[in-house]
Amino acid sequence: MVYLTRKTEFSASHYYHNPQFSPEENKRIFGKCNNPHGHGHNYTLEVTVKGQVDQRSGFVVDLKELKEVMNREVIEAVDHRFLNKEVAEFQDRIPTTENLAITIWDWLKPKLSVAELHRIRVYETPDLFVDYYGEA
Amino acid sequence: MKAYLTKRYWFSASHRLHREDLSAAENRDLYGKCNNPHGHGHNYALEVTVAGQVDPRTGMVCNLADLDAFIDKNILERFGHENLNTLAEFHGAVPTTENLCIEIYNILTQGFRHAEIEKIRMEETMLNSFEYSGGREIRT
Repeated sequence: MVYLTRKTEFSASHYYHNPQFSPEENKRIFGKCNNPHGHGHNYTLEVTVKGQVDQRSGFVVDLKELKEVMNREVIEAVDHRFLNKEVAEFQDRIPTTENLAITIWDWLKPKLSVAELHRIRVYETPDLFVDYYGEA
Repeated sequence: MKAYLTKRYWFSASHRLHREDLSAAENRDLYGKCNNPHGHGHNYALEVTVAGQVDPRTGMVCNLADLDAFIDKNILERFGHENLNTLAEFHGAVPTTENLCIEIYNILTQGFRHAEIEKIRMEETMLNSFEYSGGREIRT
């Protein structure tokens, strides 16, 4: 079994707000992230897949295909977007880094036929990242 | 859904690797430059990974403000700009980064209540890093 990781970047804005909380609760729980006009990050996404090395190609997965799937399924949906307003999944789900990782897993999992998805890692900043392995 | 959140922190501290039960020559042999009696310092990077179910109301494993406050008070203020050999934690123990990792992991698992501590990872320099998960295997 070999694990292969492909990295990409996107920039997006978001804010954290739960309409079930009062304005005071939203402010207390989410702090500056509650600003309704949003704020942005340069995100880095790492997609790790695993599989046996194909004897003919020497590949776990064709990187060109993986790159195309990541661009089509993820980057086109989120890059230079206001996540709360422009991405359907975040209409009623707060676009935290945790939820971004879970959402990206859900987008990619059914589209990766060749290799098995192992981990989604999303860096919100160089000092903060979330890993999701598809666990319930 | 279970997710793992990692936050990276920095602190600077000095230490000397030395064992009282060894001779001066044995200490020099074992620890090399790190045995310099005046000590030397590092900029340590500390990565703390917490794990848990993502709370559907907040979208979070734990509130970062709680993690930051805990690390500030219990780790950065405790170890930052200190000589590790002078601290009670290292009386009778050599302040290697291995031992520092175990110490910090234990402080976190005993005191932090907002999420489960999955592991910690420390960089002593850009070339050396250490991970500890209470003796469990580290997940890739």
